Amino acid sequence: MVLTQVQQLDEGSSYTSSVFASRYVQDPVPRYELGTSSISKEAAYQLIHDELLLDGSPRLNLASFVTTWMEPECDRLMTETANKNYVDMDEYPVTTELQNRCVNIIARLFNVPLNVKEAAVGVGTVGSSEAIMLAGLAFKRRWQNRRRAEGKPYDKPNIVTGANVQVCCEKFARYFEVELKEVKLREGFYVMDPEKAVEMVDENTICVAAILGSTLTGEFEDVKLLNNLLTQKNKRTGWDTPIHVDAASGGFIAPFLYPELEWDFRLPLVKSINVSGHKYGLVYAGVGWVIWRSKEDLPDELIFHINYLGADQPTFTLNFSKGSSQIIAQYYQFLRLGFEGYRNVMNNCMESAKILREGLDATGRFDIISKEQGVPLVAFSFKERDKTLAFKFSNLLRRFGWIVPAYTLPPDLENTTVLRVVIREDFGRTLAEKFLSHVKMALKELDSMIRAPVPTIRYTIEFGPGENAGDEPMVKVVKQEVGGIQKSVPLLSGKTKGVC
Amino acid sequence: MALSKTASQTDVSIHSTFASRYVRTSLPRFRMPEESIPKEAAYQIINDELMLDGNPRLNLASFVTTWMEPECDKLIMAAANKNYVDMDEYPVTTELQNRCVNMIAHLFNAPLGESEAAVGVGTVGSSEAIMLAGLAFKRKWQNKRKAEGKPFDKPNIVTGANVQVCWEKFARYFEVELKEVKLRDGYYVMDPEKAVELVDENTICVAAILGSTLNGEFEDVKKLNELLTKKNQETGWDTPIHVDAASGGFIAPFLYPELEWDFRLPLVKSINVSGHKYGLVYAGIGWCIWRSKEDLPDELIFHINYLGADQPTFTLNFSKGSSQVIAQYYQLIRLGYEGYKNIMENCRENATVLKQGLERTGRFDIVSKDDGVPLVAFSLKDRSRHDEFEVSDFLRRFGWIVPAYTMPPDAQHITVLRVVIREDFSRTLAERLVYDIEKVLHELDALPPKQLLQNGGATTTAAAAMLAAKKPSAEDLQRSVTEHWRKFVLAKKTNGVC
Repeated sequence: MVLTQVQQLDEGSSYTSSVFASRYVQDPVPRYELGTSSISKEAAYQLIHDELLLDGSPRLNLASFVTTWMEPECDRLMTETANKNYVDMDEYPVTTELQNRCVNIIARLFNVPLNVKEAAVGVGTVGSSEAIMLAGLAFKRRWQNRRRAEGKPYDKPNIVTGANVQVCCEKFARYFEVELKEVKLREGFYVMDPEKAVEMVDENTICVAAILGSTLTGEFEDVKLLNNLLTQKNKRTGWDTPIHVDAASGGFIAPFLYPELEWDFRLPLVKSINVSGHKYGLVYAGVGWVIWRSKEDLPDELIFHINYLGADQPTFTLNFSKGSSQIIAQYYQFLRLGFEGYRNVMNNCMESAKILREGLDATGRFDIISKEQGVPLVAFSFKERDKTLAFKFSNLLRRFGWIVPAYTLPPDLENTTVLRVVIREDFGRTLAEKFLSHVKMALKELDSMIRAPVPTIRYTIEFGPGENAGDEPMVKVVKQEVGGIQKSVPLLSGKTKGVC
Repeated sequence: MALSKTASQTDVSIHSTFASRYVRTSLPRFRMPEESIPKEAAYQIINDELMLDGNPRLNLASFVTTWMEPECDKLIMAAANKNYVDMDEYPVTTELQNRCVNMIAHLFNAPLGESEAAVGVGTVGSSEAIMLAGLAFKRKWQNKRKAEGKPFDKPNIVTGANVQVCWEKFARYFEVELKEVKLRDGYYVMDPEKAVELVDENTICVAAILGSTLNGEFEDVKKLNELLTKKNQETGWDTPIHVDAASGGFIAPFLYPELEWDFRLPLVKSINVSGHKYGLVYAGIGWCIWRSKEDLPDELIFHINYLGADQPTFTLNFSKGSSQVIAQYYQLIRLGYEGYKNIMENCRENATVLKQGLERTGRFDIVSKDDGVPLVAFSLKDRSRHDEFEVSDFLRRFGWIVPAYTMPPDAQHITVLRVVIREDFSRTLAERLVYDIEKVLHELDALPPKQLLQNGGATTTAAAAMLAAKKPSAEDLQRSVTEHWRKFVLAKKTNGVC
C-alpha cells in the first residue's frame, strides 16, 4: 500500500499565500522584545502600514508648519538618495556641493554682506533646533573669549528673548547652561517688546534673540527697532551685544512677500540667522539652515576640520551621519521654483489665510489674534471668556479629521486660549472653504453641548425613626441641588508643546 | 497667399528635457534663480549632477546602511511627510518608537520588570545619542558635587584615543575635558587599566567603545567594570560607564551573546547604538538607552503635554522625519533575532573571505581582529616604495572607495586601509575586491617610489645631497605642496573615519 505523505505547509515558502491569508496577521506583532524568527517582507510591510493608518493624516494636520507635500519628481530624487550618508563628504562631493550652494543661496537671500563669488558661512542642519543650538554656541563662545580677555567672570551667560519663544531656545538654555531671560507678553502684544528686551540686556548677555514669525501668532518682531535700540545701548555700555534672528518660519516668507522689511543682515547687529528648510522652505521634515554674517562670527575653535585626502572640509554640526535626501530636495526646490515660484506659493498661502480669516470673522464668535502681516496662519480665540471652549472645539474639529491645536498663551497671558491654523503650500481654497463649513458645524455642536448638559439633581436625605414604633423609617429630604456638568478639561500650562 | 507661421515659440511643456533650453543655462550656485523651471527639468538636472557622486554601495569606508528592501522603501516614502515630533498627531509613529526603544533595551539586557517601560530615545544618530548620554552624566555629576559642596566646574570624561569624533564634539561643545588613553603599537583600543588610572573626582564617566571605528575591535568592558568597581570602592566616587556601541550594539547580541558588555555589568548606565549601522536602516537614526529612570535627571526632560497625555522628551533635534524610526521597526519585526543573526554571520563570513584573500597576496598585515565588527583593516608590509594612501587612490579608479588613515597617538606611524563589510557586501564583491587590489599592487610596483619628502623631512645626508643637486620640477613642487597641506590638515584631529 502506498502511503501518501501529506505536504507540510512550509512556513518559509509562503510565497503563494496572500498576506491576509497567512498566519502573520494573527500572531501578535512583537512590541517589547525582539521576535525570535523572521517574517516575510510583505507581511512586515502590511502590518506596519496598517497600524499607521491610525495616525493622523499629515495634510490635515493644521497644527504644523512643516511641509507635507512635495512634487513626485522630488520624491523620486529623495528615494534615490536615501542611502547616501550626507557626512561622507569625500565620497559624495556633489551632494556636499549642493549643500554649499544652498547655504550661499540662502545667505544672499538674507542680504549677507559678501562679494559676488565669496563663499558664505553657514551649514545645513537637521532643523532649526540644531541651528539655534549652533548659533547659540557660537555666541556663547565668543562672549566667553571676550570676557576672558577682559579678565571678567564668564560663568553666568544669559540670553534675552520673548516669552513667545519656541521650546528649542529653552532646550538650548538648559542643555548649554545659559540663563534664559524672557520678556513677558501683555494683552494685545504677543511678541517680544524691543524696549523691554533691551532693558534686560546686561554684561552677561550673549545675544538677544528676535523671532521672525512667532509660533503663537505668526507675527514678525520688529528687528529693526531692536537693532536701533540695542545699538544705542551698546554705544553707552560698550558691551557689543549682538542679535540672532530666529527666522524658522519667516525666513522663507519675508524675502518674497515683504522684501522692503529690514530684518536680516542689512541690520548691522544681526550676526546669525536660522531658518527651517522644512517649513516654508517647502521640504519634508529634517532640514534647517543657519547662516553667519562672516567668518569672525563663528569662532574657529568650534569648527572641526575633517580631512579627506588633502581637501579640508570644515564642519560644525551636532549631528554626524544623516540622510542626504532633504538637502537635495531643498536644492531641487530652489532650482525648480526660483524666486518667482516661491513668491507665488507664498502669495497663494496668504490668499488662503485671508479667506480663512474672513470666514472665521463672519461667524461672529471669534477674535482674530494673528496679524495680517506675517506667517500665513490664523490664530483665533473665542469671544466668550470660557477657557475650556477652545479645547472642546479642537476636539470637535478632530472628528472631521482636522487637527487644530488649542493652547494657552505664555505669561503673562495665561488666561487666553488660542486656536491656530497654519496655512501651508498644500492648503488651497477648496480646503479652506471645506474647513469653514466644518467650523460652522462644530460650532453648532459646541453650542448644544454647552446649553443642554445632562441635568442632574442631587438630593441629600436623612433617615429618621418612624412616627410610630414599628413603622418603616422615614426619609426626609434635607437638601436639593440642581447641578450642571462639571467636566474638567486639563489645560495646558507651562512651556509645552511643540506648538512649533 | 497664406503664410505659415513657423513654430518659434512652441509650448515649452512639449519639449523633452534635453531638447529644452533648461539644460543650456548654468545652474544657480550663489543666488536663487529668478524664474521657475519645469519639474522634469529640475529633476533631470539634479539627477545628472548626482551621477558624479560616489556609488553608495561601493563605499567601503562607511558602516552606514546602503540598501534596504523595496517594501521598506515604500514605507519610508509614505512616511516622509510625517513630522516625528508631532506626537499627538501621529500617535502610532510615536508608539513604534517606544516599541523600538523597548526591544533594544531588552536586547541589551536592561534590568526591567515584566511590564516596565524602558528609558530611552530615538535620535538622529549616535552623535546626538552620545551628547544626550553625556549631558545626563554631566548633570548627575554636577548635582552630586553640588550636594557635597564641592566644585563642579571642571568635569572630564575618560576615553580611548581611538574615540570617534563625536566624543570630541561633545567635549568641546559642552565644555567637558577629554582625557584620552593613548594607544600603542599593537594595542589599538582603550586599555582598561590605564583608563581607570586616569579617573579622578571630576570624571563624569568612562566611555568604552564596542566596535572601535579604526579596527572594529570590542573593548573589554567587563574588565573595565571590574577595575572601576574596585576603584569606586576605594574612592567612593561612584564613576559610571557609558558604552558607545554605535557599531557593536547590533552585532554582539547576535554573534557573541555570551560576551558581557551591556547592562549585565552593574556600572554601565547608558548605551548608544546606531540604527543606521548594523541596525540596517538608512542614515539618520540612532538610539540611546539608559539603565533606569534614576540615570536620567528629570530636569533635562521636557514634558510636552498634549491635552492630558504627558510625553516626556529628551532630544537635541525637534522636527525630523519619521521614516527612519518606522524603518527600524520594520527591520526589527521583519528580521527578528534569527534574521539579524543570519545577516551578521554572513558579514563575518565575507570578512573572513576578504581577509584570507588579502593574506594570500603576501603584501599585507591584517590589523583588525577576527572578533568584533565585520571589517578588515590592513596595512602594507613594505611601505618603502608606496604607501596605503596610494593604494586607496588607485582603488578609486575601479570604483571602490577604501579609506586610508593614520592611527591616533601614540601610534601615528601606523597607516591602515579599512574595508567595512555591510549587509550588502556579498562574497562575489569580496572576491572582486581582492582581485582589484592585486591589480593595483601590480600597477604600483611598476611605478617609481614616492618622493623622499614623504618622510617628514628626516633625510640622510646622501639623500639631502641628492635633493640639493636635483632641481625641483613642477610636479615635485606640486607634490610637496599637497603633502604639506595634507600634513597640516591631518595635524588637526580629524577624520570622520566614522
